[in-house]
Amino acid sequence: MWVYEKKLLYPVEVSTCNPTLAKYLMEQYGGADGELAAALRYMNQRYTVPDKVIGLLTDISTEEFSHLEMLATMIYKLTKDATPEQLEEAGLGAHFVNHGHSLFYANAAGVPFTATYIQSKGDPIADLYEDIAAEEKARATYQWLIDVSDDPAINDSLRFLRERENIHSLRFREAVELLKDERDRKKIF
Amino acid sequence: MDRPLFRGNFKPYVSPRDPCPPILVKKFVLPPQIFTNFQPPGLPQNSPAEALKQGSLWPAFVDGYYREEGIS
Repeated sequence: MWVYEKKLLYPVEVSTCNPTLAKYLMEQYGGADGELAAALRYMNQRYTVPDKVIGLLTDISTEEFSHLEMLATMIYKLTKDATPEQLEEAGLGAHFVNHGHSLFYANAAGVPFTATYIQSKGDPIADLYEDIAAEEKARATYQWLIDVSDDPAINDSLRFLRERENIHSLRFREAVELLKDERDRKKIF
Repeated sequence: MDRPLFRGNFKPYVSPRDPCPPILVKKFVLPPQIFTNFQPPGLPQNSPAEALKQGSLWPAFVDGYYREEGIS
């Protein structure tokens, strides 16, 4: 169960009309290493990881949804007033034909989101190592987005999101350490 | 917020037959979290306002990232 707060995790401001940037941002919206993939991956794995780390996966998944909401806001703001011609110039012509001005879960190349982006192996170490890799890949994606974006306001939000990936990666690494502590433990009741 | 501590670099092979002007040193990111498995207690903290801005309560895990760094 969730309580929804009607505000963004971090302010999203857009300083230039740049629908091409919206196309690139879709990599983090509906891409393989994007926020949707992250949120769904952790929210699903959480049921079968050891009790100690269930809360961590639930919390991080919830935060990923708030990141998804930030990305949606950026993409919406960058495209809402664009004419079909401008969208075409930005490489979003096919997107417009299929979805109009609405958003869709697809990556920067327009490939729709698929559950094959994520895995749930039922092995705590395999799952947590996938999660660490996912965070580092998302961090790198944010770096390349910052590199192609010349919008200082968007980059400010992207830097915040990138930093959150750093912290999430660290927390997953700590989860692995917690599970390593279970080795050969003799439980006495 | 520029943290050269969390950046690496290497010299890639450069061929005399490369078609483009070669980049002699390639930079990459070594983010702070990879240097610890478990966060030690009692790390210095950001002010709440700064923490909300940076995305981390602890400056130790903030390495920033700016296109001006020329990583890629």
